[in-house]
Amino acid sequence: MKVWQKNLILIVLVVLLAALPLWLLPNAEFGGADGQAEEVILENDPDYEPWFQPILEPASGEVESLLFALQAAVGAGIVGFVLGRVTRRPDGGEKS
Amino acid sequence: MNRHFHAARLVRTAAALVGLVGVLTLGASAMHIAEGYLPPAWCVLWGAVCAPFVAAGFFSIKKKVEAAPRAKLLLAMCGAFAFVLSALKLPSFTGSCSHPTGVGLGVILFGPMTMAVLGLIVLLFQALLLAHGGITTLGANVFSMAVAGPIVSWLVYKLLRRAKAPAAVAVFAAAALGDLFTYVVTSFQLGIVTGSLVQYLTVFAVTQIPLAIAEGLLTVVVFNVLEKYSKTELQQLCVL
Repeated sequence: MKVWQKNLILIVLVVLLAALPLWLLPNAEFGGADGQAEEVILENDPDYEPWFQPILEPASGEVESLLFALQAAVGAGIVGFVLGRVTRRPDGGEKS
Repeated sequence: MNRHFHAARLVRTAAALVGLVGVLTLGASAMHIAEGYLPPAWCVLWGAVCAPFVAAGFFSIKKKVEAAPRAKLLLAMCGAFAFVLSALKLPSFTGSCSHPTGVGLGVILFGPMTMAVLGLIVLLFQALLLAHGGITTLGANVFSMAVAGPIVSWLVYKLLRRAKAPAAVAVFAAAALGDLFTYVVTSFQLGIVTGSLVQYLTVFAVTQIPLAIAEGLLTVVVFNVLEKYSKTELQQLCVL
C-alpha cells in the first residue's frame, strides 16, 4: 500500500472517531472537561475560590475561537511547510 | 405575504443559531488545570519539579541540532504539530470535549526532554492569550503534558521497538498512551489536593481515551511520511 493510501485510511478513522460521539450522544452538552473538573472541585469544597485570575481573557467566545483557529492555522502551516520540504524531489529530478 | 413570513422565520432561526454557537463556544473551555485552581504550595512544587526537565531540554535540543543540522526543520514541525493538536477540541464518548496534546511525535523524534521545552511554549501561549490552563498552574500542566506524558511515550516507543514491533505500531502506542497518561497525571494532581480521584479520572482520563487514539493515528500519519522521505534524518536521530 502506498503511504498516501495508508494515511487516507488513518485520517478517515480519526474523522470517524471525532464524529461518532456527536452521532451517538445527540443530547450531550460537549462542554470542556476542565469546566467539569472545576465542578468536582467545588463539590468537594463549596467555598473554594480560585486564588488567581487569568491575566488576559479573550473578550468573547468569538475572540477565543479566533485565537484557537490562529493557533491551529500557524501550526498546520508550519507542519505543511516542513512536510513539503521533506517530500521534495531531489534537485534536478523535479518535474514542473 | 407568505414570502415575507418565510424571511422573518429565516432571520429568527439564523439569530437563534448564532446565539447558540456563541453560548456553546463560551462554555467550551477544555482541559488542563484552570488558573487559580491549585493551592499555591502545589503550584510552586510542580514548577520546581519541571524546572530541571526544561533546562535539560534546552541542552538536549542544542546537542541534537548540532548532531543533525537538518533536524532543525523537523524540530519546528514537532512544535507546530503539538500546537495544532492542542487547538483541536474534540468531542468524546463521555459527552464532553477535550483536546490531544500532540507531544508524542516530538518525543519519538527528539526524546522526552526536548518536549518539555516545546510543551512549555504551547502551554504558555494558551495560558497567556487564551485563559486556558494558567500561569499559576503552568508547572502542574507542564509536568503532566510535557514531562510525564513524554516519558511514558518514550518508554513505550523504545520498549516496543526493542521487542521488534513495526515502527508504525510503536509510534501509535507511544503517542496514544503518552496522551492518556497526561490526563491520568492531571487527575492525580487534582486528586491529591481535593480527594475524589475517581471523579477526576472519569472527567479527564475516560474522556481522553478516544482522543488518545486519534492522536496516535495522526502521529502515525506524519511518521509515515517522514519514514518514507526523511529516513536519513530519522536514522541520525536514532529513531529507526
